[in-house]
Amino acid sequence: MAEAPVAPAPRLLGASLPWWLLILPALVLMLVFYAYPLAEVLWISVTEPEPGLGNYERLFTSASVQRVWMTTLRICVITTVITLLCGYVVAYAIASAPPRLQRWMFLLVLLPLWISVLVRAFAWVTLLRRQGLVNEALIGLGLIDEPLRLIWNEFGIAVGMVHYMIPYAVLPLYASMRDIDPRLVPAARGLGASRFEAFRRVFLPLTRPGIIAATVLVFIFSLGFYVTPAILGGGRTMMIAEYIKLQILDLIRWGLGTMMASTLLIAILLLLALVSRLVDIRRVFGQG
Amino acid sequence: MAVLSHALTVERVSKHYGPVRAVDDVSLRIGRGAFVTLLGPSGSGKTTILMAIAGFVAPTSGRILLDDVPITPLPPEKRNFGMVFQGYALFPHMTVAENVMFPLRVRKVARAEAERRVTEALALVQLAHLADRLPKQLSGGQQQRVALARALVFEPSLLLLDEPLSALDKKLRAELQVELKDLHRRVGLTFIYVTHDQEEALSMSDRIAILRDGRLVQEGAPGVLYERPATRFVADFLGKSNFLKGRVEAVRGDGFAYAAGPARFVQHGAPDGLAAGAPVLVALRPEKIDVLAAPPPDAALNTVAGTIAAWSYFGSAFSLLVDTPVGRLQATVPAWRCPIEPAEGRSVHLAWSAEASVRVLAD
Repeated sequence: MAEAPVAPAPRLLGASLPWWLLILPALVLMLVFYAYPLAEVLWISVTEPEPGLGNYERLFTSASVQRVWMTTLRICVITTVITLLCGYVVAYAIASAPPRLQRWMFLLVLLPLWISVLVRAFAWVTLLRRQGLVNEALIGLGLIDEPLRLIWNEFGIAVGMVHYMIPYAVLPLYASMRDIDPRLVPAARGLGASRFEAFRRVFLPLTRPGIIAATVLVFIFSLGFYVTPAILGGGRTMMIAEYIKLQILDLIRWGLGTMMASTLLIAILLLLALVSRLVDIRRVFGQG
Repeated sequence: MAVLSHALTVERVSKHYGPVRAVDDVSLRIGRGAFVTLLGPSGSGKTTILMAIAGFVAPTSGRILLDDVPITPLPPEKRNFGMVFQGYALFPHMTVAENVMFPLRVRKVARAEAERRVTEALALVQLAHLADRLPKQLSGGQQQRVALARALVFEPSLLLLDEPLSALDKKLRAELQVELKDLHRRVGLTFIYVTHDQEEALSMSDRIAILRDGRLVQEGAPGVLYERPATRFVADFLGKSNFLKGRVEAVRGDGFAYAAGPARFVQHGAPDGLAAGAPVLVALRPEKIDVLAAPPPDAALNTVAGTIAAWSYFGSAFSLLVDTPVGRLQATVPAWRCPIEPAEGRSVHLAWSAEASVRVLAD
């Protein structure tokens, strides 16, 4: 799964003692099991194998570190773009469907969320591998002679990630579409805009908050994705999360692994800070 | 804003949704530069007809012609009609000026020309000073004016208005009725107005088409519809009416006499197809009934005695509900010259002339 976002800052002022007592158990849990390990990770990244910023230097010197970052960013951008396009179409279809049908469409969109990410990744393996359903079918139809390489590469990872991410794009997009007055597009057409012009000048700009929310959500989720890339990448195409796991669990290079984890965390925070300058971040994540 | 006005013909248009006939064989001719209101209760098909004229609804059968050109197959954006939607449908992400500019931008009007026309249109609705506001920063009445400016700025062939005043309070509505009528006079366009509010229809229109259950019931000038409603529905929907049910007793050249319960009345008007013994229905406006303390001396008047069951005061008038042998009748009397002091249980005499009431068809 993705890296969890940082702990929200507790509101210190204006809260009474009973309120603090109520919140205390959760706060202690968060500090002990969340904040402390996180601090430990940051600490290790500047102390192992020797104190200093040596690990961080590798961001600029190590080709393998840079390759992992570039692969991750490339896959994330591709995944985000495709997910947004597909999610927009799905959200639009739901938003313009009659209410009865909407409920069924939502069920179908959310259904994959109830199935383990592991199961879904292996399901894609059975579909996309050399003797998988897709290749067999294409060969059977005589469209190709050799099986296509659909898996153990960036293509396979992108397919699995797009599939996983679509609900996260559909929900914020649908929410912004639902808020649009259904008379606006007809009004635009009555004023002389073609279907496309009405969409481009009226509908699309009004879904901008949803587009930003979906982009941020999908991109940040994708950055820290582990299970799907690990299975569908087959160890050949490596994204950051898998690289971290490799460094820490297999090569026991804690310094490098924690450095990558810290960099990932910092990158996400910077991204959120950047986005919050553009839009109201609390609205983006469904509050208000 | 000199514009060429156009005539519109709705020719036997029907719209069926499954078994439901939202519009059922409606024909209507709307003259150049006229202010025509489609009036009817909700579900009468008035909005469906307007949407068919605008191009958002494809008629199941029938044609719509602008002057003599059939426009039924054209999509809305090719019809060049201005439209003011219920709730205005202003684009929330654009300023007032951008909203009004929209129809010009999609028509690729040159920037300078477009800006000049936006300024002109905003001046027409007295909103030039709010050009840079967003729609949500405006009051309902101002939003309504922006919608009007936006619908007029591209010099449309027609202006279609779908209950544009329904979201406003009563006083503002009355003001905007006057404004709309004045605007109509100034721009000289053909206006097609949809409403369920009979006062709006009466006060603004050159002609009113009354619809019910998808059918056109009666069409004509407001005065004609009010004074000579064809059916019970029209008499009841346009203003208020009392209804007297009776049986014809005698037919004359210019009217007939009828019995309603124990009373006997005379009615003016051509007795088309009526013979003695036939059932008739007569509509009588409350304001056309005289309320008197004693029976009137003029024997030619229809009179009936009764007792006041209830009354209310409206400042300008009294409204009395009077129980009579022919049923409960409502009478409205100007308060400043009410000949009696209204009180419950008081006996009064009601009188009206043979021309005051009108025979209507039961429906």
